[in-house]
Amino acid sequence: MMSVQTAMLVGLLAPLAVALLTPFLAVRSQWRDAAGPIGGIITFAAAIEIALAVLEGHIPRLFIGQIAEGLSIEFAVTPLGAIFGLVASGLWILAALYSVGYMRGNHEKHQTRFAAFYAVAVHAAMAVAWSGNLLVLFVFYEILTFSTYPLVTHKESDAARNAGRLYMGILVGTSVILLLPAVVWVWLTAGSLDFREGGILAGKIDPAYLPILLGLFAFGVGKAALMPIHRWLPAAMVAPTPVSALLHAVAVVKAGVFTILTVVVYIIGADLLTSSGAASWLIWLSSFTILASSMVAITKDDIKARLAYSTISQLSYIVLGAAIATTVALQGAALHIVMHAAGKITLFFCAGAIYVQAHLTKISELDGQGRDMPWVFAAFFIGALSIIGIPPLGGSWSKFLLMVGAADAGYLAVLAVLGLSSLLNVYYLLEPVSRAFFRDKKQTVKVTVHPLVIIPPVFTALLSIGLFFYVEYFEALAKLMVMR
Amino acid sequence: MTGAGFELIKGTATILNNLPALLVVIPLLLAPLSALSGKSVFGWALGLFGTGASFVLALMLQSVTEVGMRLTYHMGNWPPPWGIEFVVDSATSFTLVVMSALAFLTTLAARRILPAEIAVKDCGKFYAAWLLVCGGLYGLVMTADAFNLFVFLEISALSSVILISMGAGTDRRALVASYNYLVIGAVGATFYVIGVGFVYAITGTLNMVDLATRLPTAGNDMVLYVGFGFMVAGMMVKAAIFPVHIWLPAAYSYAPSVASSLLAAIATKAALYVLARIAFTIFGGSADLVSMAFNGIILPLAIAGIFVGTIMAIYEHDIKKLLAHSSVAQIGYIALGFALLTPASVSASFIHIANHALIKGGLFMAVGSFVLALGRRADLEQVVGLGRRMPITATAFLICGLSLAGLPLTAGFVSKLYLVRAILESGSYAILGLVLASSALSVVYLWKIFEVMWMRPAPAKAPILVETPAVYIPILIVAIANIWFGVDADWIVSGARLAAAALVGGGT
Repeated sequence: MMSVQTAMLVGLLAPLAVALLTPFLAVRSQWRDAAGPIGGIITFAAAIEIALAVLEGHIPRLFIGQIAEGLSIEFAVTPLGAIFGLVASGLWILAALYSVGYMRGNHEKHQTRFAAFYAVAVHAAMAVAWSGNLLVLFVFYEILTFSTYPLVTHKESDAARNAGRLYMGILVGTSVILLLPAVVWVWLTAGSLDFREGGILAGKIDPAYLPILLGLFAFGVGKAALMPIHRWLPAAMVAPTPVSALLHAVAVVKAGVFTILTVVVYIIGADLLTSSGAASWLIWLSSFTILASSMVAITKDDIKARLAYSTISQLSYIVLGAAIATTVALQGAALHIVMHAAGKITLFFCAGAIYVQAHLTKISELDGQGRDMPWVFAAFFIGALSIIGIPPLGGSWSKFLLMVGAADAGYLAVLAVLGLSSLLNVYYLLEPVSRAFFRDKKQTVKVTVHPLVIIPPVFTALLSIGLFFYVEYFEALAKLMVMR
Repeated sequence: MTGAGFELIKGTATILNNLPALLVVIPLLLAPLSALSGKSVFGWALGLFGTGASFVLALMLQSVTEVGMRLTYHMGNWPPPWGIEFVVDSATSFTLVVMSALAFLTTLAARRILPAEIAVKDCGKFYAAWLLVCGGLYGLVMTADAFNLFVFLEISALSSVILISMGAGTDRRALVASYNYLVIGAVGATFYVIGVGFVYAITGTLNMVDLATRLPTAGNDMVLYVGFGFMVAGMMVKAAIFPVHIWLPAAYSYAPSVASSLLAAIATKAALYVLARIAFTIFGGSADLVSMAFNGIILPLAIAGIFVGTIMAIYEHDIKKLLAHSSVAQIGYIALGFALLTPASVSASFIHIANHALIKGGLFMAVGSFVLALGRRADLEQVVGLGRRMPITATAFLICGLSLAGLPLTAGFVSKLYLVRAILESGSYAILGLVLASSALSVVYLWKIFEVMWMRPAPAKAPILVETPAVYIPILIVAIANIWFGVDADWIVSGARLAAAALVGGGT
């Protein structure tokens, strides 16, 4: 087996190596397209190795160097980071396979550029997951934004460029104007940027300022898509579906909520946050986002737009857990990173598969199409159930823990919000499935079968089921996050 | 000068003690030789030798001052306060290293780019003026004599006018731009020398150290104020601080690209450095006066300049002019750091002096090579799809541009981080908000360029463009330096800290 440090290097460098090699492998499209899945397997193996070390109670560390005095580039895997690392790398394998099928099936241009920046984005996501201090996290958070820009604007159409402007405008704008000063504020106040159990700000910051600091983080991390800074996410849906699937349902948005969770647990400290009550406004704002974006999702006929608003809603579940900040709520939030990732990537894979095979993009066009694409719609159904939170699917665990956390902390109104949101989920996520299977066909479309876009969603759907029964590894990591 | 802890080296026994003089003398002596050489390659070789030797000398100077020493040199062995004295402390040597490094790299890039923009027969003269600019600016930074400073100011300014006017071969507007620079620059220099006259009247000395000790007890406050006001106002013109920056956009955009690169990288930097010297060294004893001028006047002007420059850049289509407007904004950031008057903010300014030199130097060089390849001015319409037509140069441009935007792991991010830290530390939250907002806006004008370069297909009939190593290697070096000093910024950060310590004291 690899040593832990080697595993960290491998996990960080394998995606980067894929990115750098892609232009050279492009002489043969098979070589280029094999690089992604192979890189994914290597990265995932490293992530497992690291997660096992974390489960044994270690904190794997890797010191690279320092930019200047007090600003070290260091990676250190927290239990939460181990969770995010597993999710990002594991789903990359499937997403890489899927994007081969999607890009080829769709005859997209510039596939080499696409594959290279895709891998850079994964590299940045892994670096965010394993970052050892707030500086490193910020650095790779920004690199993640910049590296996904060519993917969002991949089509090079006016619509894509306009969406790219909105994407960069919101994500870079919020991170520069709000997140950067928050990071520097922590640096000045605590004299350090390292992640520590219990946080580094206790006793060093006047609790009266804490809501402001938390606000800078909550709105500065635009990737968490808290309302009203959520508009970039629906805009990013102009990207090819593999981008929406891995990046805008998993890597990018999860990097956002991961940042907020990390700040709450390892910078501010959950105890300080709960005792000061500084996060009560965030509880209400995230509750509002959960409901409001579900309402918007209902009105969307475009499949990807509906999924995007559903993502905004689900991300706020995690922010909500971070804001409540009790042990149970934080565990629920951490688990929801995993569960929502598996569920939502399935739904996006399916949306893309429907587009590649039948060129349908609207929910109203799906009537009666279920018979022609049974596997795709079956996978969609399972993914939807997991996000709704119905046993025996993974999503039920995290929703359950979040509800217990809210009830424990005495937020009964929040409990009602979660219940209502689940009902709305049922409506807008199951509508495509019911239309596909129970309505008469409105139009006959030619369905071309591409196995590479069918297998990944089926696999991730099974994963959602598996996560219900084998949740204990992730649960153990989530427990470690709050216990130590 | 200030910085009581520095050990003085006296005497002329070693080569070390002659370094400050050599740094000025070598470029100035090579200049006439270059003017006489008919062929462009000789002029270039002399320019390269002159700037390269200066760079080595500056590095040697830095290695001396790094350990806390201060070098003085007495011109013609006349001791101060009668003779002219050069003083090199850690602030001086830091600025010199930055300036000479960029001068050397720009010269390296100029070899092929220059003949595209000016007639080959004029290249020798161009490099002569080039060396005069460098020598003049090095002297400007080192001299400890207030009047001698004016002399160097004029040497560098007049030769800058020559450089700018030589852009007339491709664009006649260069003549107007250089004329404007000549007139406005002359007003600035005159203001400065009037100010020197006032302080000379009440102190009877021109040596900066002498001035610093005598001014607080000179008694005549009114004259002191007026003298200070004239000196600062004059240098503000030279440093292109809003609203007396009006000469800069035209001068930078119509000068030959390599000249823009040189001037953007080192000329305004030297003027900013002198501004700091005037405030912190000469008038260091009159803290109230300095804080009134810097906090009360330069600070709001710097912020105004940041916004005016950024917004003008957003609406500009010509890439060189866009970069020139952006320079006005970036000068605002540097001035802002000085104006906050804390050790941390002054060191943030020095960090940005170095990093902005790297950024703008690289950007203007890259534009120069675009012009070379395209055979015409590079406006947004011309660079469509250039990312695939000139991948290497366009990538270098992208890296320097991202550094300007402050992407982490580039030099620009280090600047931004330390400036934000310094502002936050001084508790000026409103200023912080404005700085951050402007920084986010700067992404807008850069994105405009990136979008057309990389996210639009080239026109169908676009000619194939060639990139030659002689052109892109110097640009790549600067681009890589932007990443290098973003990852390993220790040299710049600690150098800037020492520089700030030499000027305003304090350990941060």
